[in-house]
Amino acid sequence: MKPAQFQYHAPTTIAETLDLLARYAQDDGRVLAGGQSLVPTMAFRLARPKHLVDINGVSELNRVRVENGRLCIGAGVRHSAFEKPVEDGPLGGLLASVVRHIAHRPIRVRGTFCGSIAHADPASEWCAVAAALDAEMVAESKISGTRVIPAREFFEGIMTTALHEGELLREVRLPILPKGTHAGFAEYSRRAGDYAIAMAVATYRLKNGMMSDMHIAVGGAEAAPRRLPEAERTLIGRPPNFGIFQAAGHAARQAVDPIDDPSIGADYRRGIVRAMVIRALESAAS
Amino acid sequence: MSNKIDLTLNINGQDHAVSVEPRKTLVDAIREDCALTGTHIGCEHGVCGACTVIVGGEAVRSCLMFAVQAQGKPIRTVEGLASGKTLHPLQRSFMAHHGLQCGFCTPGFLMLAVNTLEKNPAIGDEELLDVLSSNLCRCTGYQNIILAVKAAREDMRTKEEAVAG
Repeated sequence: MKPAQFQYHAPTTIAETLDLLARYAQDDGRVLAGGQSLVPTMAFRLARPKHLVDINGVSELNRVRVENGRLCIGAGVRHSAFEKPVEDGPLGGLLASVVRHIAHRPIRVRGTFCGSIAHADPASEWCAVAAALDAEMVAESKISGTRVIPAREFFEGIMTTALHEGELLREVRLPILPKGTHAGFAEYSRRAGDYAIAMAVATYRLKNGMMSDMHIAVGGAEAAPRRLPEAERTLIGRPPNFGIFQAAGHAARQAVDPIDDPSIGADYRRGIVRAMVIRALESAAS
Repeated sequence: MSNKIDLTLNINGQDHAVSVEPRKTLVDAIREDCALTGTHIGCEHGVCGACTVIVGGEAVRSCLMFAVQAQGKPIRTVEGLASGKTLHPLQRSFMAHHGLQCGFCTPGFLMLAVNTLEKNPAIGDEELLDVLSSNLCRCTGYQNIILAVKAAREDMRTKEEAVAG
């Protein structure tokens, strides 16, 4: 229950961070951001990194800014930064409603947005949001420079991403949702703050009363979060109402290939997926 | 391989010079190296909240931080709540409302609640419940903890109004 030994590095700039990662990543070096997932994993000795590169002192990573129609979230930005809307439009509102579902307050003041994305737990709320909104992940390393990875290529499986060894997930970019976009989120977990059994994110716009720009993603249910085109198609060109939301929930239920574990069976999880898609759509419509 | 790092932890306004391995968590350093055993260790993986302390103005799990990361930040633990023999209003409230039985989770709950009420003395019941859901207690069934914190909220608010008036 105590972490194994490691060497500690505390860079203060991105350049220094990339230098350290280039030197130590192949010797099992890891980035330490908020530490709210990595440290428990180390306490269980499931992870025994030989080097930790602590980015908490890299102040240039602590910024949230809007640039070219995108919300750019630096690697040091904590979950709690989103409790008050970071942006006046529907995106700021969506992120503020999602963040309340992430663990508990003392975890939210330490854990980071980008840390959750890089960790890629299937039940991560931010990963589901990133998948739903087609986020861009900005990875950087000394060897391969800067790469922009779209969400659909980033999440590869349970805690598995397209990040290379030695790469820092420097920032995540979310598209600013146009004014008038309807956005909703719903998740189900057995206890407050616990890992979700399933969650859904839904966004759409209305054109002449009909739904368009439909985005629906499901998280927690499969090995990685993803958009569900089957559910999206059900809704495009239709007016929002409970009946059509139910049809989308049904399509999502059919489309997912759920995780089947001893405590939560695949069939039960499918049912939760259906309910969460309906609730996310209802919340978007309200 | 011993790669101990010398650092200074400022706890309840007092500097503690310690020499610890980077892998030592903040809670272990507080208890073993600074001899402040009021902060308890429960699960050691961030679930129970028994080790909650205030670092740099935020209530955090001290089992999920390494001691080396707390250098240069003011740390507050349960030992810093009372002034002399006068207990903090929250400590008194926990006694008055039976907010503890075995007491193991109490230091964590106190630091969480103190931080919450200091930051937002007018916090609503629903938000307060959400904050308190962060920590585990196996004795009280939570109701008396919630009662104690609500009573302290009123108590601390009345005091503030008295000072302001």
